[in-house]
Amino acid sequence: MTTSTRTETFHKPTFNAGPALIRLRDTLVKNVLPPAVILALLLGIWEMLCSSPTAALPPPSQVLSDTWELIVNPFYDYGGNDKGMGWQILASLERVAYGYLLAVVVGISLGVLVGQSTWALRGLDPVFQVLRTVPPLAWLPISLAGFQDSTPSAIFVIFITAIWPIIINTSVGVRNIPEDYRNVARVIRLNGAEYFTRIMLPAAAPYIFSGLRIGVGLSWLAIVAAEMLIGGVGIGFFIWDAWNASMLSDIVLALVYVGIVGFFLDRIVAFIGNCVTRGTTQS
Amino acid sequence: MATHYLSVEQVEMTFATKGATTNVLKDINLAVERGEYISIIGHSGCGKSTLLNIIAGLTESTSGAVILDGKEVNAPGPDRSVVFQNHSLLPWLTVYENVSLAVNKTFSRSKSKAERHEWVLKNLDMVGMSHALSKRPAEISGGMKQRVGIARAISMEPKVLLLDEPFGALDALTRAHLQEEVMRIQDELGNTVIMITHDVDEAVLLSDRIVMLTNGPSARIGEILDIDLPRPRNRIELADNPNYNHYRQEVLRFLYEKQRKVENLAERREKAVPTNAAKKARA
Repeated sequence: MTTSTRTETFHKPTFNAGPALIRLRDTLVKNVLPPAVILALLLGIWEMLCSSPTAALPPPSQVLSDTWELIVNPFYDYGGNDKGMGWQILASLERVAYGYLLAVVVGISLGVLVGQSTWALRGLDPVFQVLRTVPPLAWLPISLAGFQDSTPSAIFVIFITAIWPIIINTSVGVRNIPEDYRNVARVIRLNGAEYFTRIMLPAAAPYIFSGLRIGVGLSWLAIVAAEMLIGGVGIGFFIWDAWNASMLSDIVLALVYVGIVGFFLDRIVAFIGNCVTRGTTQS
Repeated sequence: MATHYLSVEQVEMTFATKGATTNVLKDINLAVERGEYISIIGHSGCGKSTLLNIIAGLTESTSGAVILDGKEVNAPGPDRSVVFQNHSLLPWLTVYENVSLAVNKTFSRSKSKAERHEWVLKNLDMVGMSHALSKRPAEISGGMKQRVGIARAISMEPKVLLLDEPFGALDALTRAHLQEEVMRIQDELGNTVIMITHDVDEAVLLSDRIVMLTNGPSARIGEILDIDLPRPRNRIELADNPNYNHYRQEVLRFLYEKQRKVENLAERREKAVPTNAAKKARA
């Protein structure tokens, strides 16, 4: 149980927008230039490798021309599954939102229980340790059988994927609340609810948010795989559909979108965590 | 017996660690009058913090009782507020909020909202921290944190103020400064104070009586020394005072001749006071 990992992910140096222009230029040179150069290089290599007529995969230039219609027109709707990329991603995000929010509520509650009660820890921890190693898709058949419907099954898979890191991090955070804070609460005589909101949640927040961040990443990983199997509107099935139609360029575009959306999900949770945990680290 | 303001009667403390039991405190009897300033001094690991925690109600003694103002102590509460060695301010709250959390809880019925606000400000003013109300603990120095810790403790209007090596973590100059402040505040409010310390000068300068604990295991009260020096006391004038030097010598003689430490200090501490890690291992 390392406590040193607590602050690392949360406190990256932020740049104050002071003397604006110079600062902005420096930031651009420092943070935007390197990834831009690397990206250009990688695209160049890809273009070279795949530009021969016998290449199995399309080069980036061809991907762009093939998928231009999809890129410029993300929100068309021709009925059925034939919808723009925007709709596909929104459908996936909606499933993730339901499953993830459920996992947050249940995960934090269970984590607090396991962190607070030694008995609950002894009883539940072995169960968690076994269940958390089950791969997300292995849950799909049994949840399809249980729910008899694809949408709740997909949501359940997200839920069961995201919940483990949330439970485990929350319980570690709660167990690591310094004895001093408990003593302060006891001397002041905070009651259970006050202790929960005034001491426990803020003290464990850095741990909880690192669990939430891992959880949101995992749920986005799981949704793509789950949708490939259950079908319907969604970025996962879009990829599967494109594969069946041999539209490799569409797959490449979808992968780019999946990556970008996953990146932003992670950043959003990290940002919320940063705001909430500001000042909660040890002084 | 019940005529004393605070009496510690036949307190004994035994810890069970890793199968072995260690008797930390034995036959502790102490009577404290209202408005007295008592220091408890002893070598590290002798169990003086344990004794303070028992009086605070944070630790339950194995046998014996602590009676404060006619009532037995069996849980922590605001009538025995503690200034912790490492200040124990909540890092996610501002200076003002750290004190107001205690004030709002303690006086939720007896004071109006405006009165509580005034009271927080008054107590922070008393320790000279009015300038930093909206700062967080991470933004102020160690001495300032301890000032806020003292303000939090006295704001609860405790019957007994418990100081657990309050200046131990501070540099010598800051420590001297805070000792003066504590003398001034005690002069003003007439609090009953019990302070744990391992600093001989500090004990003689601040106390009406010094309680000297013998070395553990089974530490008991070795001697009690009355300090009959006029108040207000001034450390510079006292340096030439023969009585002051005599008292110092008495304490030094007790600590370094009668109770000389021969054992490895770290080992002793490990045995006498179970560390957090040891507690967790047992849990």
